[in-house]
Amino acid sequence: MKYLCLIYDEESTWAAMPKSESDALMGEYFGFTNAIKASGNYVAGEALQPVHTATTVRMRNGKMTTTDGPFAETKEQLGGFYLVEASDLNEAIQIASRIPSAKIGSIEIRPIVVF
Amino acid sequence: MSNVNDPAADEIRSRIDALYRTESRRVLATLIRLLGDFDRAEEAMHDAFSVAVERWATGDVPANPRAWLISTARFRAIDATRRLARLDASANDVAAQLHPVNDAAADDEDVVDDRLRLIFTCCHPALAHESQIALTLREVCGLTTEEIARAFLTAPPALAQRIVRAKAKIRHARIPYQIPERHDLPQRLDAVLHVIYLVFNEGYLASTGDTLTRCDLSAEAIRLGRLLQELLPEPEVDGLLALMLLQESRRLARTSNSGELVLLDQQDRALWNSAMIAEGSALVQRALQSRRFGPYTLQAAIAAVHAEAQTAESTDWRQIVGLYDVLLRADDSPVIALNRAAALAMRDGPAAGLAVIDALFGSGELLDYHLAHAARADLCRRLERFGEARGSYSLALSLARQEPERRFLQRRLDQLPS
Repeated sequence: MKYLCLIYDEESTWAAMPKSESDALMGEYFGFTNAIKASGNYVAGEALQPVHTATTVRMRNGKMTTTDGPFAETKEQLGGFYLVEASDLNEAIQIASRIPSAKIGSIEIRPIVVF
Repeated sequence: MSNVNDPAADEIRSRIDALYRTESRRVLATLIRLLGDFDRAEEAMHDAFSVAVERWATGDVPANPRAWLISTARFRAIDATRRLARLDASANDVAAQLHPVNDAAADDEDVVDDRLRLIFTCCHPALAHESQIALTLREVCGLTTEEIARAFLTAPPALAQRIVRAKAKIRHARIPYQIPERHDLPQRLDAVLHVIYLVFNEGYLASTGDTLTRCDLSAEAIRLGRLLQELLPEPEVDGLLALMLLQESRRLARTSNSGELVLLDQQDRALWNSAMIAEGSALVQRALQSRRFGPYTLQAAIAAVHAEAQTAESTDWRQIVGLYDVLLRADDSPVIALNRAAALAMRDGPAAGLAVIDALFGSGELLDYHLAHAARADLCRRLERFGEARGSYSLALSLARQEPERRFLQRRLDQLPS
């Protein structure tokens, strides 16, 4: 079963971090990614550019509108994701708890629909 | 269908009714494991009971009715899936998932584990507290949706919706039907104990409404506590069961004949249930001796000290303050600090307790908690600082939602010398 782990944290937290600290956190991310690749849980994972680069698109009555910024302004922003393979929610929770940003932000786990 | 007035048929029917009460939860717990789905399991179980009503009417009751019910329900479920499979190819996969029938499915040990699986799944931390409570009462205790809705003063459709959503989350997010691994057990057990204690408190001290107690829920929580203790004899399970029994033992004494609230120091101790106190105290002893106890055991130990005092005056306040000190180290919550302040006031005098409460308020804690203002008012009253007492009673009254508590606070306010 696949689960999408959405990583939410405050971009300002990262921005305010001394370089040594953000380097250490990035190091943890590399370590974590390698670990879940080795354990076979990794399917995909990416980091996103900050929300100021986001564009939101809508089609209404055949007409397209675009707005600058994310779908919703929130205190924490979607900063990246992992798509993982896990046997059940318990395993997915266990994996998500090891994502480095879990310590400074939140991870939302969404099961993937099987059609 | 046999003659409805047939006494033999009546007897079978009442036997099946009794069997439903004692066995349906065990049967359901096992069927959820075998069929992998709450709704399919429930449907299959009801099917099996209907078959029993028909077949057993001839007097042909199987030697092991539980095993019979489980295998009949399972056959019916497989049958239904196969029928569906002819219409829908994807259901073939479902049929393939069903394990071949074997008698081990009805093994006593497995059935015991299934009941634990059911409890841990209903109390899974990925479900909201309200859903955990509703699901536990529905699936583990077998209460109807209407009964649960009535107990929690909610509309039945809203409660039914909550249960449907919780089951959908279990299915779609794949919450496993498992007893947690050893390293997860303490945290997962905490979630189960919390659900049981919330159910108990809802019954013992209803948060809203005009009756002080809704004893059905408390009785249900104690039943759940006993079941869990039988299935998983951990010290904190003993501790929680002890705490519930010791609080429940005072039920008769805590309201007057006219339905008014009676505080602990005013209660007629002859009304306390001595059997519950004896059982609760013994459980506390056992939990304390394990040296692996936690906050429930400590709260139960405090309740046991109260229970053992012949009169309010002879309460061992030194021991109670000491237990609160340990409890605060384990769980540094402002409500526990408040209770400790009340015990401290009994040991060292009202001024000592008041200083602690004022310090809590000073750091912004408990300002909207009516019992904190009521406790402060009481200490001011004992110090004859009546103006301050009046202010605090009024604040408490403005925050209290429960009628008997409001009447109690109003009486205290009226009794203050002007």
